[in-house]
Amino acid sequence: MRDVSIIGVGMTPVGEHYETSLRRLALQAVRAAFADSGTTGAAALFVGNALGGQLSKQEHLGALLADYAGMTGVEAARVDAGEASGGAALRQGYIAVASGAVDRAVVVGVEQVTDQTQETRLAAMLGLTDREHEGAQGVVPAAIGGLLMRRYLHEYGVALESFEGFSINAHANGARNPNAMYRNTLEPGHFARAPMVADPVNLFDIAPEGDGAAAVILAPTEYARDWVPLPVRIAGSALATDALPLHDRSSLLTLAAVKLAVGRALEQAGVGINDIDLIELHDAFTVLAALQLEMVGLAAPGEGWKLAAEGAISLDGRAPISTFGGLKSRGNPFGATGVYQAVEVALQVRGQAGANQVPGARRGLALNLGGAGATAAAHVLERLE
Amino acid sequence: MEVTPYTFSGLGEVYSYTVIQSAPEGFESYAPYVVAIVKLDEGPMVTAQLTDVDPSEVEIGMRVEMVTRKLRAEGESGIIIYGYKFRPCLARSMAKS
Repeated sequence: MRDVSIIGVGMTPVGEHYETSLRRLALQAVRAAFADSGTTGAAALFVGNALGGQLSKQEHLGALLADYAGMTGVEAARVDAGEASGGAALRQGYIAVASGAVDRAVVVGVEQVTDQTQETRLAAMLGLTDREHEGAQGVVPAAIGGLLMRRYLHEYGVALESFEGFSINAHANGARNPNAMYRNTLEPGHFARAPMVADPVNLFDIAPEGDGAAAVILAPTEYARDWVPLPVRIAGSALATDALPLHDRSSLLTLAAVKLAVGRALEQAGVGINDIDLIELHDAFTVLAALQLEMVGLAAPGEGWKLAAEGAISLDGRAPISTFGGLKSRGNPFGATGVYQAVEVALQVRGQAGANQVPGARRGLALNLGGAGATAAAHVLERLE
Repeated sequence: MEVTPYTFSGLGEVYSYTVIQSAPEGFESYAPYVVAIVKLDEGPMVTAQLTDVDPSEVEIGMRVEMVTRKLRAEGESGIIIYGYKFRPCLARSMAKS
């Protein structure tokens, strides 16, 4: 296997892009990534997308977007792993370049979901759950978050307001990020009084659904420096799965796929979790953020929320997360999320995160989940010294 | 692999639950509705709506039993989709099997 690096990154702001179609969002991100890399063209395009078939009524995104991006003729396909589609597409791009089958690959995550009524969008989102055993009962993704959080509060005897630190941190960071969907800050004390969405998950807990696209250009590390001064090495890449319906997990509060994927990615990188300077994790709900911190080994079971309460997750803390706002403030563009995370970690380790910079960051983890961890895609990205 | 049909008693208890405020298309008439993970007395868990109950009365550990109910009406012709839901156990079926 060849060593692989990211030589270009690009993204659009996350938001309500009513005026911009799915294909135009993707094009903007791909063009920005090529411009960042100073290169043109690639041999393959991998598209991460979750809901295009249902909400844009558009399937077959590989050929469509390759042609639209001026890459007509290249190998191209869409990768679907629910909300982890972006991370899964990055994994496929990594494998393609690492194997030697492809010399340069583009990975784009794209989602266009807001140009719909909420009822239509929610109905499409039922397909992100086990449609026959969860979706058929009206179990929207927010309900998955609610079921997890209720059990967490019950088993560990934690109060709802203990989770506010995750949302306060996300919004503090997102407020500095021009690409974030909601740039307001959140004052302490307001979290626990927000209107309920899927009790105990409330409006200040759940990440907002947004449109957006992000892209990265991958190349063999051996040649990466010929093209760009600051390649970002993919030191570890892994993807693992778990039962899709929550009720079939061996333990509700154990995200087995996160343990597997992060374990493998760290092992490949030859580092431990304490060598990671920041994590872009999948904070679709605060309870998911707490559970991920527990699964990667930064907190004991039932204590992930303490890192937020203690301020350890802030930009200058010992375990910075959601450094550009995370899903909560930057926004949740479903199948594009995993590529946004990779772009954000790349900017951090390149030292180009601006007002969101984690001091001295040289290695970060991108952790993208589908559902509540039915898919977990983990990538360790580091500055190429 | 051998697959053997098995019939559950339909009895169990609430393992976790949530109350959905914003309903997807087809479920609007139920909002707000309660969804629970039910731990069946035989061991496995299942996700289902709770019915015939006030959301404020639901708690973890509550005894429930399976019933057949309308899940939603589909499309303009309103074809009714039936399925399972759970309700609080009636007194005669409270006993754990």
